[in-house]
Amino acid sequence: MSDIKKIKDKYIDQLNSGNNLDTVNNIKSELFGKNGIISNEFKKLGLVSVEERKKLASDLNNIKDELQNKITSKIQEIETKEINSKLQKEKIDVTLPERNIEIGKIHPVSQVIDEISSIFSEIGFSVEEGPDVENEYNNFTALNTPDNHPARDMHDTFYLDNNKELLLRTHTSPVQVRTMLKGKPPFKIIAPGRTYRSDSDQTHAPMFHQVEGLHIDKNINMGHLKGCLNYFIKEFFEVDKIKMRFRPSHFPFTEPSAEVDIGYKIKNGKIVIGEGDKWLEILGCGMVHPNVLKNVKVDPGKYQGYAFGIGIDRLGMLKYGINDLRAFFETDYRWLSHFGFDPLDVPSNYRGLSR
Amino acid sequence: MKFTVDWLKNHLDTNFNNNQIINKLTNIGLEVESFESSETELDSFIVAKIINAKTHPNADRLKLCDVDIGGEKTIEVVCGAPNAKSGLLTVYAPPGSIIPKNQMKLSVSKIRGITSYGMLCSESELQLSNESDGIIELKNDKYESQVGDKYFKNTSEKVIDLSITPNRPDCLGVRGIARDLSAAGAGKLKIDQKPNIKFIGNQTVKVTVKKEKNQGCTTFGSCLIKGVTNKESPKWLKDKILSLGQKPISAIVDITNYVMFDLNRPLHAYDADKIDKEIIVRSSSKGESFEALDNKKYTLENDMCVISDRSGVLGLGGIIGGKRSGTEFSTKNILLESAYFLPRSIRKTSKKLNIDTDAKFRFERGIDPLSIEEGLLKASKLIKQICGGETSSLDVKKIENHINTKINFDPFLFEKTTGFNIENKELIKILENLGFNISKNKKFLKLTVPSWRPDITQSIDIVEEIVRIKGYEHINTTEPIKTRLKPTLNYYQKLFHFLQRSIASKGYLETVTWSFTDSKINQMFRENDKEIPIINPISSDLNVLRNSIFPNLLFYLKKNLDRGFKDISLFEIGPAFKGKKPGDQLTVISAVRAGKVSRLNWNDKERVVDAFDVKKDVIQSLHEAGIGRDEIFIDDKTPSYYHPGKSGSVYQNKNEKNALAYFGEIHPNIIKKLDIKTEGLVIFEICLDYIKESKQKMKDSKSEYKYSDFQKSERDFAFIIDKNFKSQELVNLIKLVDNKLIKSVRVFDVYEGENIPEGKKSIALNVTIQSTEKTLNETDLENINKLIISMVESKSGAKIRS
Repeated sequence: MSDIKKIKDKYIDQLNSGNNLDTVNNIKSELFGKNGIISNEFKKLGLVSVEERKKLASDLNNIKDELQNKITSKIQEIETKEINSKLQKEKIDVTLPERNIEIGKIHPVSQVIDEISSIFSEIGFSVEEGPDVENEYNNFTALNTPDNHPARDMHDTFYLDNNKELLLRTHTSPVQVRTMLKGKPPFKIIAPGRTYRSDSDQTHAPMFHQVEGLHIDKNINMGHLKGCLNYFIKEFFEVDKIKMRFRPSHFPFTEPSAEVDIGYKIKNGKIVIGEGDKWLEILGCGMVHPNVLKNVKVDPGKYQGYAFGIGIDRLGMLKYGINDLRAFFETDYRWLSHFGFDPLDVPSNYRGLSR
Repeated sequence: MKFTVDWLKNHLDTNFNNNQIINKLTNIGLEVESFESSETELDSFIVAKIINAKTHPNADRLKLCDVDIGGEKTIEVVCGAPNAKSGLLTVYAPPGSIIPKNQMKLSVSKIRGITSYGMLCSESELQLSNESDGIIELKNDKYESQVGDKYFKNTSEKVIDLSITPNRPDCLGVRGIARDLSAAGAGKLKIDQKPNIKFIGNQTVKVTVKKEKNQGCTTFGSCLIKGVTNKESPKWLKDKILSLGQKPISAIVDITNYVMFDLNRPLHAYDADKIDKEIIVRSSSKGESFEALDNKKYTLENDMCVISDRSGVLGLGGIIGGKRSGTEFSTKNILLESAYFLPRSIRKTSKKLNIDTDAKFRFERGIDPLSIEEGLLKASKLIKQICGGETSSLDVKKIENHINTKINFDPFLFEKTTGFNIENKELIKILENLGFNISKNKKFLKLTVPSWRPDITQSIDIVEEIVRIKGYEHINTTEPIKTRLKPTLNYYQKLFHFLQRSIASKGYLETVTWSFTDSKINQMFRENDKEIPIINPISSDLNVLRNSIFPNLLFYLKKNLDRGFKDISLFEIGPAFKGKKPGDQLTVISAVRAGKVSRLNWNDKERVVDAFDVKKDVIQSLHEAGIGRDEIFIDDKTPSYYHPGKSGSVYQNKNEKNALAYFGEIHPNIIKKLDIKTEGLVIFEICLDYIKESKQKMKDSKSEYKYSDFQKSERDFAFIIDKNFKSQELVNLIKLVDNKLIKSVRVFDVYEGENIPEGKKSIALNVTIQSTEKTLNETDLENINKLIISMVESKSGAKIRS
C-alpha cells in the first residue's frame, strides 16, 4: 500500500510541475493505460485476501480518483493557459478602417417632392402626373391664355415644332386640364414635376420643378385655399407659426388670383422662416377661372375651387439653405454628397418629415 | 411702370406717407419691385485711395497704382497723372463707367503690357473744372472715411417701380394707379379739369380709316398744331422723363411720352409738312417697307396696320413711327395722333417684326378707347404752353363705336367665392370708386364696366376687384379636412419612389439633369428613336430632347472624373423621350458606375468594377421591388452603346417583348469618343413602364407558409460544356429534372484554359436536394444524380467531368 502512496505522491508532484499537455497525457497512460500502474494494481486485487481486499480496493479507488481529478484539472489548466496565450497573440487593431462603405444619396429635389407629397397626402390629396411635352391647348388655351394674350409673354416657351403646337410645358398646370378632362369632380390632387422655360441666368434655370395643386368641389372657397396653404407651409418648414401674406396678383387661369409671401429674417447669415419683417414670394394661387372649368367640361355653376403652383427647387433652397439654383442640375459629386439625403430618410407623417 | 410720388400726387390727394403708399400698392395687387433713386451714370464713380504707387516697368511716365475702393482686395490701375502717389484720396471709375467729358465707356485694357482695371479721374474728365493736369486730390479729413462710397451724391427723387400684371393696362398710367389707391382708401382721386383750348381752324389733313376685314384700327383722332417752336423740354418735364428711366429728346416727343405715362394714352406726333397730302390707315401689303424711328428698316407682311400717306408707309400704328415723318427741332407744324388699335393686331404684328415699344406694350394690353380726345387735349395744351402754336379743332374718324361691357352681378357670388361677407354698401362704394356705373335690379347689381378696364368681362372679375380692394387679409383660414378620397400614389408612382431609394441605397448618388441634351452625344444612345430637336434651344449643346438619360450622365461623369474623383456611382430617374408627341416618353432609371471596388482598402483586394457589379444592383433592386428572382430571365441582346460581349438584358419573364433592364460595360468606342478617362465603366438602366403591375396586393399575394424539416443534401457537379452555352440554361435544365426536390442550383466555379479543350469551359454547380415528405436515402439521391447528368448531357452536349 505504501508503494502505491509513494507512486501517487510521485505522480502528483510530476503533474504539479508538468505544464504541457503531452506530459500529462503520458502520465495518464502510464497510470491508467492497459498496462498502467493503477490498472495493474487493480488487477492484483484478486491476489490478496478478502479482508485485505476491501481495504485495499477502497484505498486504491481513492488514489485513482485523486489522480484522475488531478489530471483533469491539470488538462483544463493547461488548455485555459493555451487559449489565453493564443488570444493574446490574436489581438487585431480594431481601429483599422472597415471595408469600404459606398454611400448613395437622394437628390434634394426628390426629397422635397416626397416631403410635399407626404404633407398633402395627410389632407387628402392624391398625386397626378402629366407628360413633359404638351400641346399648346393644354398648356395655354385651355388655361384661359389664348394666343393673343400678353400673359403668354410671361412664359418663355421651348417649342418642338414651327407651328408652336408642341412645346415643353411651362408649368404643371396642364395636369389640371388632363385630370379634369379624364375624371369627374370632386378633384383633389397635387401634380409635381419638371417644367421648362427658355431663360437661364443665376436665378433661372431652363428646367425647374413645380408642384400644382387643385381642389374642386361644390363649396370650396378662398378660405379653404388659405387654410390649405397655411397648413402646408407650416408643415413643410416644420415651424409652429408662420407669417404669411396673400397678395392680389394675376394669372389667366385663376380669378381671383394671389401671390403668397412668407415672412423671414436673416439670422447669423442663415434664413429663418416664419419670423421677421422681410417678405419672400413663394407661390401663386387662386380660384380656378370659370373659363378653365368650362374648357374641361366642369360646370362652374355647380363646382368651384382653388389651384396653386409652387416652385419646388426654391422651396428646397429655402428649407435647406441652398444658395444656387443652377447647382441643382450640375451633377457636382461634392454638391450631391453634401446636399443629398440618405435613402432611408423617407419623409412620412409618423416618422416625421425630416430628421 | 416707374413714377415718382410727386407725380402720383398730381392725381391723388393723400396724407399717406411713402411707406403707407408702398404697402397699399402691394396690398391691392400692384407689386412694388423697388423704391429707390433712379440710377445715373454718375453713380459708378467711387471715392478711392491709392495704397501704393510705383513706376510702370515699361514706361517711365506711367504709374502702377494699388487702389483701395472699399472692397476686400485692392484694384490695380495704370495712371499717367504726375500727382498719383501713395496715400492720395481720389476718384475712381470702374470698367463700364461712362466718362462725362467724352462719353467714352471704360473697359479693362492693357497699357504697355500691364492690365489696368478702370481709371483714376481728373476734374476735367468729370466736367467739374478744366483742370486736366492731374487726378483729383480729395481732402483727407472729409473723404478718408468715405473710401468705397459714391463720389456724386444722388439727389434725384425716389422712384417707385411697379410690376404691372398683363391684365391691368389702366395702371400703366399714373392716373390709373392713383384711382386704384383712392378706391382702397389711400386718398382722393383728383378730377382732371377739361383743358380749355381755343381751337383755331380745322384739321385740314384728310384722314381715312379704311374699312377692311383685318383693320387693326377702329378710331383715329388727330389735330394740327401750327407754328410751333420745338425745343429742349423745361426742367420739370425733363425730370419726369428721367424718372421714368428714359432720355429727354425734345419738348414735343417728351410731351407725348409724358401724356402716355400719365394717362396711359399713347400719342404720336408727325411733322405735318412731311406728310404727303393725306393720312390713310390701312392694312399693309406684303413687301412694303419703311424706316422706323429706331433707325431700322422693316419689311412688312400682309395685314399689318399701317399709317400711310400717298407716298407709302409712315409708321406701324400703335407700335412705332417712321423716320420720314418724324418731328425734329426744326419742325414747325405738327399732326398729333391719338388712336385706338386692337390688341390682337398689335400683338401679331409686333411679334412678327420683333418690335417692343412702350406704345406697343400698352395697346397690346388694351388702351381706354374713350381716351382719344382727352389725350389730344392734354398734349395740345402742353405743346402750346411750351412750344407755342395754334391748335386746330379735333378730327376723330371712327369705323366702330365702343360699347362698355355690362355685367349683371349677384353679390352673393362674392361670399361664395371668398368665404366672407361684405356689406352691399361697401361693395358698391368700392366699385364706384373704381369707375363702375351701378344700378340695382332686385338682388342683382347692373354694372357698367369703365372703358379703361378691358380685363373685366364677367362676374368673377367683379369678385376679384372687390376682394382685392377690400384686402386679402379679410379672407378666413379654414382648417383643411384630413379625409382621403383615394390612395395618394398609384402603383407606378410607388414603384418610382421605391426604386429611386433602392438604387440610392446601393451607393449611387441621385442626380437631376436637363431633359434636353447635346444632339452629338444623344446620337450615340438614340438607337432607333427619332431625334427630337428643340426649335429654340437655350444653347446649341442643349438642342434636342434626350432619347436616353446616358448622354447627360456620361457628360457629368466625365466632369467629375476631371475634377479628380475616381470611384463614382451616379443615377437619375426621369423621362427619356421616344417621340415629340405628349406622352411619347418613358420613365427610366439610368446609372453609371466608374472606377474600382475596394480601392486602397488595407483589407480587400481592389478590383475594377465589372458587369456583375451592376447586374447585382439591377437584380437586387428589382427583387426588392417585388419581382421574384425566379421570374427573371437574362438575355445577351443589348442596345448598341453597350459592349457587345459584356452586357445583358433583363426580362420579367422569358416571353416578354420588352427588356425591363439592361446592364453591362459601355461600348469602348463611346468611352473613346467622349474621352472618358477611367479604369472601368459599367452602366445599367431600368425602364419602369415595362415592369408589369402586380395584380395582387401584398395582403393577397403571400402564399401559405410551408417548410421541410427533412434532411437536405448537397451534391456538386462539374460539366465540360461549349464555351458559349449559357449558365442560365444549364441551371434551368437541372431544375427541370425535379422541380420539387431540387431546391437550389448554384454555380460556384467557371473555368477555361489548361486541361479544358479549346472552345469549352468547365462549370461547377452545387445542387441542394430536399424532400418535403421524407429523408432521402442514398438510392434516391443516386437516382437524382444520374437523372441530372443524363438530362444535362443529352440536352446540352455537356460531359460530366470525372
